[in-house]
Amino acid sequence: MTERSLAVESAPPTPEAMEAAWRRVQLARHPQRPRTLDLVPLIFEGFFELHGDRAFGDDAAIVGGPAMLDRRPVMVIGHQKGTDTESNIARNFGSPHPEGFRKAQRLMRLADKLGLPVVTFLDTAGAFPGPAAEERGQAEAIASSIKLMTGLQVPIVVIVLGEGGSGGALAIGVGDTVLALENSVYSVISPEGCASILWRSREEARTAAAAMRMTAADQLDLGVVDAIIAEPGEGAHTDHAATARAVKVAILISLQHLSGRGTADLLMTRYARLRGMGAYVETGAGPSRPPEAPSLRRRIGRLLRLPGVPRRPRWSEIWPSNDGDDESERGA
Amino acid sequence: MPIKFPFSRRAAPSDAWTKCPSCDAQVFNRQLERSLRVCPSCGHHFRMSVGERIDLLLDANSFEERDAGLEAIDRLGFHDDRPYAHRLEGSRVKTGLRDAVVWGIGAIDGQRVAIGIFDFRFMGGSMGAVVGEKLARCFETALAERIPAIVISASGGARMQEGTLSLMQLAKTTAPLVRLDESGVPFIAVLTDPTTGGVLASFASLGDVVLAEPKALIGFAGARVASDTVGEELPEGFQTAEFLLDHGFVDVVVPRAELRGALSRLLRLLPVPSVADDDRDDLDRAWSPIGALSGLAERVGGAVSESIGIDVDREPSANGNGPTEAVPAATDHEQDRP
Repeated sequence: MTERSLAVESAPPTPEAMEAAWRRVQLARHPQRPRTLDLVPLIFEGFFELHGDRAFGDDAAIVGGPAMLDRRPVMVIGHQKGTDTESNIARNFGSPHPEGFRKAQRLMRLADKLGLPVVTFLDTAGAFPGPAAEERGQAEAIASSIKLMTGLQVPIVVIVLGEGGSGGALAIGVGDTVLALENSVYSVISPEGCASILWRSREEARTAAAAMRMTAADQLDLGVVDAIIAEPGEGAHTDHAATARAVKVAILISLQHLSGRGTADLLMTRYARLRGMGAYVETGAGPSRPPEAPSLRRRIGRLLRLPGVPRRPRWSEIWPSNDGDDESERGA
Repeated sequence: MPIKFPFSRRAAPSDAWTKCPSCDAQVFNRQLERSLRVCPSCGHHFRMSVGERIDLLLDANSFEERDAGLEAIDRLGFHDDRPYAHRLEGSRVKTGLRDAVVWGIGAIDGQRVAIGIFDFRFMGGSMGAVVGEKLARCFETALAERIPAIVISASGGARMQEGTLSLMQLAKTTAPLVRLDESGVPFIAVLTDPTTGGVLASFASLGDVVLAEPKALIGFAGARVASDTVGEELPEGFQTAEFLLDHGFVDVVVPRAELRGALSRLLRLLPVPSVADDDRDDLDRAWSPIGALSGLAERVGGAVSESIGIDVDREPSANGNGPTEAVPAATDHEQDRP
């Protein structure tokens, strides 16, 4: 990925692109779209849900437990949104707190211990941003979850089901194979969040959705997902059973590919996959050097111990602070 | 090329003062520079450039920059009010940097380290492919050369202009840390103002030791988002270094003047085991209870060994090649298996 040709000519999104991207966002958020617990009984048998992170509590926004896939046990973990107001409140709209990620970690360790493949379903607008989540270490929970997955010694298949929202999605989204449903979306920040930061208006969410290239097809192009699972008819919400069948086949094929691999091979390939993410160029520019003070002045100054003679080259002379012009540029 | 006259007086800068955002005091810029960019009246820590960090933390003439030529490209064709490429160019001109992180090999009191340093002025220190790549190479070099890794973070988070590819940098920078764990190379994270979003949600939270500068803004989501989400007032000092210290996510809050000393002491206390992986058993043995006892047994001439049943002849001193299977070596490293 070191070709300048990868760079894309930049232009504001066209209205058509905005409309197309926004249609996918709405389908991904569709209230009748199958959620993790809708698909799990249709794909697996004997799902046994386990609860609690063994440290603080149980987070209903993430569900998980062992289940049988074609008579072989696997560990299933997924975000869980509600289907109506009441269940959405109970599930916190699918936005996990730290204990949700720590529950997922606990289940992954169990899978690692017993050699069970891990299958995860991503469907969250993002990790919950409230004060309680901060107090309990939301960032640390996501970070250690990502770290655990990068070193897990069992195959991991990830399915982007609905919304793949930022770090909250990636926390259970590091895999050997990452699949996305046709109308799912995946993004570094919600389109509303991106719009309010870069366009300073939440109204520009459609523009942001197109600019971030968050549809499944875009993610395939960027190499973030490996394959797309076609949805039935107008979308997954029209036929849960058909969606489940398609997802099941995709999981089985992926696991079949992965199961022949040795652990070392599996981990090396997973590492290489992550290491290859992102585009940049190597310009071949040499390392920077701080300016040397004039040598005569330096020598005389040192000899006479003159005040104000720099004793050594200072890096702050090539990279100084310049106050007062901080652009309010932010990340996610 | 402008000719610099060695003894000429510098023209006075047009803005010789900086107003402290914390106590409103007017501070001379020269004075601010001398005080390590810490407000003399209230102790507010101003942000530092990469260059100032290098001067602050590393031994003179020790820093060698690596991978200086890495440059971001616009993979998405991202365009908000202007193209991403223009934003990059603007930041390059403003800061003299190619991207938001500089990494290289340096020394702290003679102890070599692989160090990555963020500069917040470059697009808010945001993490895109170049930042991720540089940090991954920083960790991989630390692993290959068996020297400690240090990252000084100052970042708003992932760089939105690179879409999910910037999100994937969270995993790209985190994956090498698993390898550092396995081969016993320490990683120290230093969180400075601000460290938020995707940077905090990846390697920055995962230091074996996590240090932070006083009052630094450190949090996952923006404070405004947090208060909007719950519609209530945020607790006092929310998302500061001290808040994280209270909640157990930061080891020590270190004032800037003591940062170099703290890192130096930590590097001495957390040495990289100087052995190849195959010899880890021997290393463990030196510090295992029996290993220590066998040394003691030698010194007291076998008296102890009889009473606790150690065969001194079969159990040479710590630097010998005793039968490893007889030794219940410390299993810490095996338990670290991810």
